[in-house]
Amino acid sequence: MQSEAMTTVPSGSGAPDHPDLEQSSRPLTGTAGAGSSIVRATKRPVGEIFAEMGRSESDLRRFLLGLPGVDQVGAEARAASLATRSIKTTAKLWALEMAVSMVDLTTLEGADTPGKVMSLCAKARRPDPGDPSVPPVAAVCVYPDLVPVAKRALAGSSVKVASVATAFPSGRASLGVKLADVRDAVVAGADEVDMVIDRGAFLSGRYGLVLDEVRAVKQACGQAHLKVILETGELDTYDNVRRASYLAMVGGADFIKTSTGKVSPAATLPVALVMLEAVRDFAELTGALVGVKVAGGIRNAKDAIRYLVIVNETVGEAWLDPSLFRFGASSLLNDLLMQRSKQLSGSYAGTEDFSIA
Amino acid sequence: MTKSYPTQESEHDLETGSIKSDDAVGKGEGAGLIGQHEPCSPKLPATGRAGQAVFEYAPAPESRSIVHLQSSYGLFIDGAFVEPLDGKAYKTENPATEELLAEIAAAGTADVDLAVEAAGRAQKTVWGPMSGVERAKYLFRIARIIQERSRELAVLESLDNGKPIRESRDVDVPLAAAHFFYYAGWADKLEYAGFGPDPQPLGVAGQVIPWNFPLMMAAWKLAPALAAGNTCVLKPATTTPLTALLLAEIIQQADLPPGVVNVLTGAGSVAGAALVAHPGIDKVAFTGSTEIGKDLQRALAGTGKHLTLELGGKAANIVFEDAPLDQAVEGIVNGIFFNQGEVCCAGSRLLVQESIAETVVEKLKRRLATLRVGDPLDKNTDLGAINNAAQLDKIRELAAAGEAEGAVRWSPACSLPERGYWFPPTVFTGVSQAHRIAQEEIFGPVLSVLTFRTPEEAVAKANNTVYGLSAGVWTEKGSRILWMAGQLRAGVVWANSFNRFDPSSPFGGYRESGFGREGGRPGLAAYLDV
Repeated sequence: MQSEAMTTVPSGSGAPDHPDLEQSSRPLTGTAGAGSSIVRATKRPVGEIFAEMGRSESDLRRFLLGLPGVDQVGAEARAASLATRSIKTTAKLWALEMAVSMVDLTTLEGADTPGKVMSLCAKARRPDPGDPSVPPVAAVCVYPDLVPVAKRALAGSSVKVASVATAFPSGRASLGVKLADVRDAVVAGADEVDMVIDRGAFLSGRYGLVLDEVRAVKQACGQAHLKVILETGELDTYDNVRRASYLAMVGGADFIKTSTGKVSPAATLPVALVMLEAVRDFAELTGALVGVKVAGGIRNAKDAIRYLVIVNETVGEAWLDPSLFRFGASSLLNDLLMQRSKQLSGSYAGTEDFSIA
Repeated sequence: MTKSYPTQESEHDLETGSIKSDDAVGKGEGAGLIGQHEPCSPKLPATGRAGQAVFEYAPAPESRSIVHLQSSYGLFIDGAFVEPLDGKAYKTENPATEELLAEIAAAGTADVDLAVEAAGRAQKTVWGPMSGVERAKYLFRIARIIQERSRELAVLESLDNGKPIRESRDVDVPLAAAHFFYYAGWADKLEYAGFGPDPQPLGVAGQVIPWNFPLMMAAWKLAPALAAGNTCVLKPATTTPLTALLLAEIIQQADLPPGVVNVLTGAGSVAGAALVAHPGIDKVAFTGSTEIGKDLQRALAGTGKHLTLELGGKAANIVFEDAPLDQAVEGIVNGIFFNQGEVCCAGSRLLVQESIAETVVEKLKRRLATLRVGDPLDKNTDLGAINNAAQLDKIRELAAAGEAEGAVRWSPACSLPERGYWFPPTVFTGVSQAHRIAQEEIFGPVLSVLTFRTPEEAVAKANNTVYGLSAGVWTEKGSRILWMAGQLRAGVVWANSFNRFDPSSPFGGYRESGFGREGGRPGLAAYLDV
């Protein structure tokens, strides 16, 4: 049933209203979900495949509700099982350094100041002042008004500037205001924009509205990379997480991101698993590699390594790269550094040995 | 030692729909060293920073030194470890390395006499007359010591059986403790169990258990028997005596009165046969092959001895097109590759609705490529060694029969250790009900994939077997699950899950899978005069 909706539009339905639907849905036909070998033969750009998606609310609904369901017990059991992987010695060192390079060092407080952001940027460029071999983090994530500060502080480094936008964290503003927020960040030089989806619209079934907003924001981003925050803690079910993931990817997301960090629960292992499965299936369907960012509540290295294991065993090594997987965090970085120094020296350093941002 | 991994396109032939076998594997035994941990996963080119290796999990072996292996073990009779009267011994080995672990006493008929007499005495003088409250205290104590010594038990189980430490640590040992806890709770409540106001124990139970879950099967047998007031003579499987002997040590540590539990190691044809035939035995409980089960039933006919049998199976794992697919794939993997498929209730027949068969098989293959086969003591191992050479031969023979009958064989590329008993995870597609691999219990990591069109056909195929132990149903439609559960002739039906066990849930089969239930309130009935 669900794969049918995903793969074949029932003949007759929708065709009169959407002359292009039948044709454009053909690549989906016969792929039976994620049948990779078949899909590869007919792979087309995302935009082409999904251009018609959302032209009518009913098409979109049929597609999203037709996705294979997620069994909560099974998904949580799988995540728990992967969490028992034992990552030691060389593998641990590798994972810790990889995790450092995937951190979006974040400050999103009302009390943020230029001084705070500059301090964070210095930490981002050189996470461990005593050890230049530690890679810089992936990005610094701030509110739009502080993007110019971060941009200046990070000039000449590989660290990107990410800005939250679209009336973060609630997203409760008109589209015009949200787009102005995005343009503000982009004009100020943000390399990456972290938007929030309209959870109210999603939960009330207005999927088209969510998709349209993602598309509009994508356009407003221009060259900037778009991360779409699903706020999974408010979506409640894994079925919703999978649907929202697809909405974001169809809308043009470069990354899908779990949470704002302002809602509990934030990132969890099973949520990450479901999003990674969506990303994997989407890649098989379209060839497009979409990144995943887990954010909120990841405070220690052990948790970070568990996420990397899930990435490794769900989507594979291609995603073990800062261009396709990120951690949105602040306190995580120092634990990664501390565990790394423990791996290298054999003993733990004190917390005072690591600079605060 | 990883072989090159063909791309998914080359494995799957779009035109014919057939799945090509990777000829580098399937033959089984590649060269490799134990402990060298190679996931069966495809190697993508490394990406990202220069010099970056891929995420290779370093070896993470559980410490073997926690186990203090003796060079030889005696029989546990009347509360003490004793030498067998006729002095015979045999060797038990580590199936992952063929390394000798210890010399084990082989009980003869005289030893069986001693053990049964000790059990009879203990039942009449101590354990039978004891109040349920007091019996419960002993059982709780055993359960707690199992938990305290869980790491030791897990390592020993993996050494002797070949199963991954992840499973012995997370499944076998916790479930063994849980069974003792559960039945300890019943010991003082038997009069409320629905078997009359004062249900009586049967007497002395002779219990013969298999090698696939050595400790857990011992717990499943001992806990309800003891709670009900019986005493026991336990005969562990020949190839896996060590955890039963450690359990005997735990029973000593718990101060259980002498003779209440006796453990006789040795051959089934000698010790096992003498035990079940002994006139001092009132009840026989057997878990093992259907063939031996039939022999037992013939041998016990007319003797008045109570009998419960938990025998083979050929479970259908049924996946409907509206199933939660990613979790169904996990369930298929768990159903057949848990414990190397050496599970009587293993989901060895995948019945998948034809409309999604290709998708499911593709997803399954991708998942199997990530299975980690190797050193059972490595905490990241998913698939360990086959328990013994005879079983490996049987698996090879049936897999060869599958190929000969025209089914298409596939295994992910993976290297297997060169010593020990190993078989790669294997999937047969294009299997029909008429094939031997769809009918006979393989008891190994070999999955047969069959398709169906309608729920009625699924039920007909699932029930088209001499067995009837378990089944799995995967669908998001609740009403269909309930309907299927009513139609399937299987003792256990799992809904959107597989191989999940709980001491409160009765387990047992239909037809050639045996009779009687273990676990839950029905598990008590097997040890009470009801």
